[in-house]
This record gives sequence, C-alpha cells and structure tokens, in this order.
Amino acid sequence: MIDRRLLNNFDWSTLLVAVVLSLIGVLTIYSATRPVLDAVQKTFYIRQLYWIALSMVAFFIMVSIDYKWYVRFAYPIFLFGVVLLIIVLVAGKRGMGAQRWINLGFLSFQPSEFFKLLFIIAMSRYLSQIEHSEKLGLRYMAKMGIYFVIIPTFLILRQPDLGTALIVLFIFITMIVTAGARKKILLITLLVAIISLPFAGKIIWGGLKDYQKNRIIAFIDPQVDPQGVGYHINQSKISIGSGGFLGKGYMKGTQGPYRFLPENHTDFIFSIFAEEWGFAGSTALFIMYLFIILRGLDTARKARDREGCFLVLGVTFMFSFYFFINVGMTLGLMPVVGVPLPLMSYGGTALLSNFLALSIIANVRMRRFALYY
Amino acid sequence: MDRRITIILYIITFAFALFVIRLWDLQVMRVDEYRKIDERNRIRVLNIPAPRGIIYDRNGRALVKNIPSFDITVVKEDMSRDPDMLAEMGGLIGISAEEIKKKIVSPTANPFKPIVLKEDVSFVEVAKIEARKMDFPGLQISVVGGREYIYGHSASHVLGYLGSLNLAQLRAPEYRGIPQETAIGQFGVEKVYDDTLRGIPGKKVVEVDAVGSIIKVVRIQKPIKGRDIHLTIDIDMQTVAEESLQGKAGAVAALHPDTGEVLALASSPSFNPNLFVRGIHYEAWQKLVNDPRKPLLNRAIQSQYPPGSTFKIVTAIAALQEGVIGQDTNFYCSGSIYFGRTFRCWKWAGHGYVNLHDSLVESCDVYFYEIGKKIDIDMLSRYAKNYGLGTATGIELEGEASGIVPTRAWKVRTKNEKWYQGETLNTVIGQGYLSTTPIQMARLTAAVVNGGRLYKPFLLADTGPREPESIVKINGQHISLVRKALVSVVTDKDGTGKAARSDIVSIGGKTGTTQVIGGRTTGDDVPDKHKDHAWFVAFAPVNNPRIAVAVFVEHGGHGSTAAAPIAKKIIESYFGEDRKTEMNNKG
Repeated sequence: MIDRRLLNNFDWSTLLVAVVLSLIGVLTIYSATRPVLDAVQKTFYIRQLYWIALSMVAFFIMVSIDYKWYVRFAYPIFLFGVVLLIIVLVAGKRGMGAQRWINLGFLSFQPSEFFKLLFIIAMSRYLSQIEHSEKLGLRYMAKMGIYFVIIPTFLILRQPDLGTALIVLFIFITMIVTAGARKKILLITLLVAIISLPFAGKIIWGGLKDYQKNRIIAFIDPQVDPQGVGYHINQSKISIGSGGFLGKGYMKGTQGPYRFLPENHTDFIFSIFAEEWGFAGSTALFIMYLFIILRGLDTARKARDREGCFLVLGVTFMFSFYFFINVGMTLGLMPVVGVPLPLMSYGGTALLSNFLALSIIANVRMRRFALYY
Repeated sequence: MDRRITIILYIITFAFALFVIRLWDLQVMRVDEYRKIDERNRIRVLNIPAPRGIIYDRNGRALVKNIPSFDITVVKEDMSRDPDMLAEMGGLIGISAEEIKKKIVSPTANPFKPIVLKEDVSFVEVAKIEARKMDFPGLQISVVGGREYIYGHSASHVLGYLGSLNLAQLRAPEYRGIPQETAIGQFGVEKVYDDTLRGIPGKKVVEVDAVGSIIKVVRIQKPIKGRDIHLTIDIDMQTVAEESLQGKAGAVAALHPDTGEVLALASSPSFNPNLFVRGIHYEAWQKLVNDPRKPLLNRAIQSQYPPGSTFKIVTAIAALQEGVIGQDTNFYCSGSIYFGRTFRCWKWAGHGYVNLHDSLVESCDVYFYEIGKKIDIDMLSRYAKNYGLGTATGIELEGEASGIVPTRAWKVRTKNEKWYQGETLNTVIGQGYLSTTPIQMARLTAAVVNGGRLYKPFLLADTGPREPESIVKINGQHISLVRKALVSVVTDKDGTGKAARSDIVSIGGKTGTTQVIGGRTTGDDVPDKHKDHAWFVAFAPVNNPRIAVAVFVEHGGHGSTAAAPIAKKIIESYFGEDRKTEMNNKG
C-alpha cells in the first residue's frame, strides 16, 4: 500500500527527535510526580506511555494517507470540529474550572486540541485556492476571519480556554502573513493595532476573568504577591534557577515532588526538567525543539504544492507557539497562559494532537517529489 | 513566500537565542540566588527546646519538674488565607477566624516560623487537631517545655517564674540566640541562674513540602539540658515558715550562721509560679499586680521597716564596746523619761531598777533611752552598718532593699536638717528613721552569735565554702553578756520571747514591735492597718548556733505574740528534721 519511494523519503530523524522528547517527557513526569511521603508512585507516567503508543499508531495511519485527501475534505471536517466544540459547551465535562473535555466513557479528550489541526487544514485549503500571484487583500482576510476564526474562537473562549483561543488567532495571523498579505495592509493593521491598543486593552482587560488579570499582573511584577498571584512564576523561576549549569540530577529535583511548583507534570514540566538537568540539558532540549521547527519550515519550502506548504506552515507555527508560550511562561518571559509544552507535558489529547501535527509534516515531506496523483 | 519563510526562520531562531540567554541568566548568573530561595522553600530549622535544669532543695528534693506542654501553631507561609478555611480552622481550634488573622499579622517575623494560635492545649485537643491536620496546611502541634513548681506557692519568691523574652531581652546580648518561644526565668532564682538552668536548644533541620509536611530530617543537633542547681533552702522548713505566715503579710529569713546559707526565705502572701509558665493571662497578672497585699513583693528582702526592739542588740553591743554603759550599769525605769518630750516605755508602769540583762530580757525602753541620751548617733550607726544594716546583703535575688541607717550626714543630705539627740532616743530602740529588711536582721543575728563574721547570704548550694565578707570585732565578754540576755528573753518567765521556748532545742532571741501610729496599738478593736509590726530574731541552739532567723509580721501586733511563736515553729522544724535524719543515719 505504501510506495517504496515514500518510505525512502520518510523523515525518520524528526520522528526520532519527537519520540525522544516524549520519552524525556515521561521520565520527567515520573520524577515530578514521584512520591515523597506516601509510598505509591502516581500512574501519570504509565498513562502517558499508553498515549505515546496510541499516538505512534495514529501517526503512521495518518502518514499513510496522502494529505490531498485531508485537503479535499477540509471543510466538512472543519464543520465537524465546530460541532464538537458546541458539544463540549453543552455536554462537556468540567475540570479545573473549565469545560474542555468530552467524555467517551473509556477516555475523555479535548476537542479543542484537534480543532486546531482541522482549522489549519481548512485554512490551507482556502489559502491555496487563492490565485498564486494574487496578494492577499483585506477582503480575503475578512472572509477567512468570518469563515474560520470568529465562531470557533468564541466557542473556545467560552470553555474558557484562553491559551487555545490565542493560539488559533496566532496561527491565523501568521498563516496569512506568510501566505502573502500585502505589506501595506500589514503596516496599516499594525498601525491600527498600536493606536487602538489602549482602547482594546481596556475592553479586553474588562472582559478578563480575575485569575487571568492576576496572571498578567504577576507577569509584569511577580513580586507583587509572591504567594498569591506571582506564585507560579516565582516557583517556576526558582525551579529553573536552582538547577544551575548541570542541574540537580535526575530524580533529585525537589520543587515538583515537594509540591512547591503546581502543575508540575503538565504546564510546568519544563521547569522540572530544567531543575534536574540544568542549563546544559535545557539547551539540548531547546535544540531538539528547534530541530523539529526548522525541519517544518524546510518541509514547507520543499512541499510539492501550495496545500502542502500551508499545511506544514500552519502546523509548524502551532508547534512553535506552544513551545514559546509554554517555555516563555516558565522562564517568566510571558504571562501564565495554561498551554502545555508540546510532546512533554502530561496529557493524552495534546500528545496525540502533537504527533498528528508532526505526521502532517512527515506526510508532506515524504510526498514532496510525487508529482502525480 | 520563500522569503517570508526565511524571515520567520530568523525570527524563530532569534527567539530561541533569547530563551537560551534567559536560561543562562537564571541558571548560571543567578543560580546562587535561586538555590538559596529553593533551600528556604524546603529547609526549615526547628528548635528543639533544651530541658531546663532542675532546682533541688538542700536535701536533694526536686522543687520543679519539666513537663511537656502542647501548643497549636501555624506556619503563615503554608496556611490557606481562604476565609472559609480560616473559619473552619478556628472552629476546630476553638478561636475565631478574626483572632487567627490578628495573630498571624506580624510583618517582621519569619514567615516560616510557627505562630502560636493557642497555648497549652489538652491531650484531647491535641488528638483532635492531629486527626484533621491534613485538611489545614501549616497547622502543627508544637511541643514546648513546660515547668511545674511542685510545691505550688511555696518558695515562689525564691524560685521565681518563667516567661517569654520581653522586648528589651530580645535585644540584650546575654539572651542572644535564644529561640523567641523559649520561656526564660523572669524572676527569682529562675532568672538569676537562668544561663545555668537554660541549657542550649537543639536544632532539627528538616525538609518540608509545600504544605509544611516534614519529608525528611536532614540533621539533628541535640539540645543540651540545662544544669541542675541545688539551693540552700530546706523546703520543709520553708513550708513551715509559709504555713506560719498563712493569712498574714510578713516574711521569714533563716540563715546558717556559719556559712550564710539561706535555709528559708519566705514571704507572705505569695503567688503561684505555675500561672506564669505558659505566659500569664492578663487578668491574672492584673490581679497580682493590683492586689493591695502585694503578693509579688518579696518581703524577706524588699520590705523595709524599723526593726523595733530587735535593734537593741546593736545598741547594747555598741554601748558596751564604747563604754557608755558597763555590765552592771543600772537605770531606773518609771515608765517614761523626759528628754525634750516624754519618751515612753512599752510598760506604762515601768520596770523599776534594771540592768542591761534585764532591760534586754524585758525589753525595757527607758534603759535604752538613757543610753540614747549619751550615745552619738554616728557611732551607733557605725555599729549598725558593721553588722550589715543599711546596705543590701547581696543575696542573689534581684530588687533587694538596703534599708536605712540614719547618720547626721544622712539627715542633712535627705532632709536638709540637723540631727537632734531626741532622734537618737528613737533610734536606739529601733524606731525612727531606721529601717531594715528581715534578711538583714537574720544576718545581724547570725553575726552576733557567730563571733562577728558577716557572711553574704546565698541560695546556690554548690558554690562551696565562703569567707566572711567582714568581721565585726567586739570584746568577747560583751558579746556573751548580750547573748546570755537573748537566751533569757526566751527562757525567763518575764522574758518577752518566752513564746519561743522549745522542748526540742534551746533558742535565744529578741522581740521587736514597731509602732505604726502613736497611742494605743493593741487590742481587738484596733484596725489591722494601725496594728504594730511584729519582729522576732532568734538563733539556736544557743551554745553552737546552726540557725539564725528573723521573723517579721506586718501589722501582726506584738513581737512576743505574733512573731516569736513562728520563729519557734521554724526552728523546731529544722532541728526536728535534723534529729530524724540523725536517727535514720544511726538506724
């Protein structure tokens, strides 16, 4: 079923790096959740391993399907994604102050995680249909905004899931920009954005929930209330900083297991890793992420068609945003937005969706020379 | 589009570089800072209180013991500020959320230091808290060293009490390094010998998690128990003295005449030092402070009253030594004498012809007025001072009064007036400006009967033999004359101190009655506050004295009736005990 040439072109290195990162994730989850008082090890790491196995299966299934089929059915599956988002709001499961999960009985998953992929596919289809030479005008942008962005973003914000909503917006903007938005429009938009920032800021500020406001305050000044608002950022910086150059050593970190750093196996997993592996390990980790991202950009360049190019760009942007927002947050460079670190944070749906995203890159890359249908 | 991808590639690589720089900043440039915070996060140093030294009496009986007491504390850093949680926690402990909030407001304190929410809770409360501790992060039970004063009120002025460091002490160098929650001696021996008794607290370095649960003990430095001390006090005699003073205001000081050891030092009314152990409650403290009978005053060393006729011992010795009178000098007592004004003898009918012996035995005032006419006040005062009056004895306890021995210079200095000889007539019988403390009188008595050796009284038994501070040199014949008279005071049928006569041991002594107001001062219809103060100084056994006692009863009436019987009881208890131990040793 799979062409031999396709196999020859398959990008094993990216997959290898991704699998290594996810296994590092498992090790770090193990260390972060290791018991210090009660003797029972929590089973997060085992569940994560199951999800990695499942993700591999899904990865290879998705890779074997030519991405032209995704593009062909882009709009129906996008609509399906929107329906799932509505279902979440109507019948979803609540957890940690938000309604993000759909419970299927044997497992629960977050539709918004997959929605991002569906959104990228739909955007790619739309963008690729615009005449090659044509620069993107305001009209197209407005259309795309209405078709793909406004309703889902609204639905996601209702969960509420600020992180995902922001990432959808970022993907939208970066995809349009790379697709060839006119410079003039970009400049005007930028200008309008700057001018309207204070007003928009006021409106957005008023619309934020208290905990969201606090996160922004804490980001601007973590010392405001180190035990309250700034707690996450402070503890994260303490974890990372105390790691030093070589780290405290695997299983020697204290900030996680001693519960000083909350969310230590999910959003703040990098802090735990950096505490145990230090500057050396963290830099190595960065290089692995950078490798995947650069590989994505390279694949976008080499794609056999515009659909493939946009798909890979969207996915790579998404991956990059997750990385920068998450690590930026742990480093105290960005406000606390609850987004996971791709491949490493505990969480099955996110892991699966990350591998699916990488499968799209692999998919496009291995088919870059296939000039026939 | 390729160009834009390239631009994005640059942007992403640049962002990575920024992140690496940030990592370098946190993990390499500021690693020490974060390591420190990280340690502070999880390393706590807990104080292990050092057991306090035990205080024993001269016979090795423990007067205090250490008992654990439990406090409910909370670590501010770990606790939840949620009002509902506070209310629930308050409900569990039995105090309001408001009180908790009030207690945890201390901006300067180390946020990891446990703050005491409730002191000295019962075992039942401890069990209740332990069961629900997990629900309230930061809530802990701290074990604190408590102290029990086994004999309750007994010897409370000597033993003193414990209390937390006050603000001045927190800054004082001698208390440096003492954990703030430590109860230290604040009064009496507990205070004076605090650095001996205190010991050195231990430290327990532990790793805790975010809710303050101890994960592991990193290091333990064991506390060093404070050193025990043995007092010179005989608790049995002390108890007898206190029981004798029960219901009265007064004091007893008993010394060993050959060493200066304080055998008993009682002051009534007393207080219960157990009230202070865990910090005295405000109301209880106010009650003690505002009590008109002043239970906190150690009358044995702090009350200063004219010694009355007990001072005649000094006058007699001075007069003999200076040749003002001789052994056989007689004076006629008609009940009064005129010297500028009328000076009355306590016996209105008069004593007739009396010599020195009789005048001491029957406490004839006129005989001494006659001496007073001839003796120089400065000379008399020199004797009084030589016998230790007018200066604090130097016993270890704080706040000792020095009393007053008037001289011409003193009067000019304090009253800006010259001395009148009439005032000497008051002084010779121990009235007027003269004032002494019971312990001074006990020491004076000891020095009269031990050959003039003046010892500094002391409470700490382990300090070994001491040299007398000074020696009063008096002709031995004069001393034996006075001594004989003092024996007759007790043994003669006319002796004013016959109430002190004992079947167990031979006692010598002298009564004293200090007038509070002029006129008639005895009888049941005289209000207590107008009643005379009663004194009795004594020594026993008469040939080889092993105890010297001064008894003072405020508004007790006559020394002969109010003070002498107490002295007898105390002395009997001492020798009764001695006989018992002697018998035990033989058996």
